[in-house]
Amino acid sequence: MILNASGCLDALTAPEVAQSLDAFVTKTVTPLPREGNQPVRIAETDLGMVNSIGLANPGIDRFLADTLPQLLDLGVSVWVSVGGFGARDYAELCARLDDQPVAALELNVSCPNVSSPEEEVEEIVAAARGVTTKTLYAKLSPAVPDVGAAAAAAARAGADGLTLVNTIRGLALDERTLGPKLGPGVGGLSGPALRPIALAAVFTAYGATGLPIVGVGGVETGAHGLELIAAGASAFALGTVLFADPEAPLRVREELERVASARGFATPLAAYAAAHGGPPPTPLRRVA
Amino acid sequence: MRRELLDIVRVEDIGPYRLLRLKRGRLESGIPGQFFMLAPPGRLLPRPMSLSLATRTELGFLIDPVGPGTKALTAVVRGERLNVLGPLGNGFRLDVERPLLVGGGIGVAPFPYLSERLSRPPAVLGFRSEAHAEAAALIPNAEVVVEPRLVTEAMPPGHDVLACGPEAMLRAVAGLAPGAQLAWEAPMACGYGGCYGCAVEICGELKRLCVEGPVLERAA
Repeated sequence: MILNASGCLDALTAPEVAQSLDAFVTKTVTPLPREGNQPVRIAETDLGMVNSIGLANPGIDRFLADTLPQLLDLGVSVWVSVGGFGARDYAELCARLDDQPVAALELNVSCPNVSSPEEEVEEIVAAARGVTTKTLYAKLSPAVPDVGAAAAAAARAGADGLTLVNTIRGLALDERTLGPKLGPGVGGLSGPALRPIALAAVFTAYGATGLPIVGVGGVETGAHGLELIAAGASAFALGTVLFADPEAPLRVREELERVASARGFATPLAAYAAAHGGPPPTPLRRVA
Repeated sequence: MRRELLDIVRVEDIGPYRLLRLKRGRLESGIPGQFFMLAPPGRLLPRPMSLSLATRTELGFLIDPVGPGTKALTAVVRGERLNVLGPLGNGFRLDVERPLLVGGGIGVAPFPYLSERLSRPPAVLGFRSEAHAEAAALIPNAEVVVEPRLVTEAMPPGHDVLACGPEAMLRAVAGLAPGAQLAWEAPMACGYGGCYGCAVEICGELKRLCVEGPVLERAA
């Protein structure tokens, strides 16, 4: 399954791109509207791009009234990414989305461009789990001391799956002034530099939880997607590559089939967790 | 939204700028002021460029090689190919009675095409040096000013202004011509609404320039 990384595609301005994915993940929705951070918001580096968008979004009221009906009209499977500043925010958002015809909710507990929620991942996931029966994915940051522990916490609190990873903090300086290129200074680094970091996080979280994982980070080709699957991802998402190549979903899907077949796998998912060898871990489940 | 690998036909020096001529392929030329995303070889992200010239067989882009992306774009040679996506965004409204083109620096890039579509209206173009002012040769009926003189000192009154240039110039032009159509610029990662990177503050609001612009009409 190939998705987009949250915040890397607007299905309403590029419906054909969204329709070429297996599911469309929305930009993170917060309880109140957010205009986002002051420009400059993006900069290219030699190893990736840094961004500081700041979760610009219309807020849950307008999202439900205006955005979501238009997304559903596109006929794509919709995952809604939600974010907030505390467990209560996440619970409110999930409760309001619970009766909507969306395929999954992704809890963004890892945006590097807003103050990180202070509550632990476990508290947020548990609060969301308490108000919705929807499929719940927790999107985790790789910039934690122990991503396996964070993944296990999400699993114990009732997450159905994990999304790994969000961007990691990065800084780009202007060559001439040596000042930050981005308005807010530091931003989130994405692109090729994130690829080994995502692989490590997926590998570790799979070993720690056995939960389904959407692998995200620097995927540009089908071979990159196959590596994430081998590390323990059951799906993967495209992020920065979409900016340069809106046809990436179709291309990557074809490449994935081809490289999997060339390596002797009947399907790409036959390579699932191949990097681990041995039997799969027993999935961690919610603690009653 | 179409993306295609286009053949480089020719790269010409125009003062410090370079004019990239590409085979047009199946891409539409769009409305003047719309832009295309050109993928520089070896770089992660494409760069937004407004179209300078459109013929039946070619598309031309005037580029100022100032950073790694624009330098990579202008280092290409005949026989190589570039990925081009477009046309994108909203161009200039062409139903104007007394058009006047006002441009500064590399902001004159869309004017050769715009001038042709508006039947060669008068233009006032400002540059930072005589060398940069060589680009004015691409635009007919142009009065050229070179710093320290500014375009705003040479703008005749009573026209429908269509402007493109540095932000300070656009704000000054809007002060003199409140109904002016202004083509803005911002760093963009995608050009089609996905990245939210190109937000610019216009009249107190952050707008996503690629889908709401790049040409915006300043509120009266």
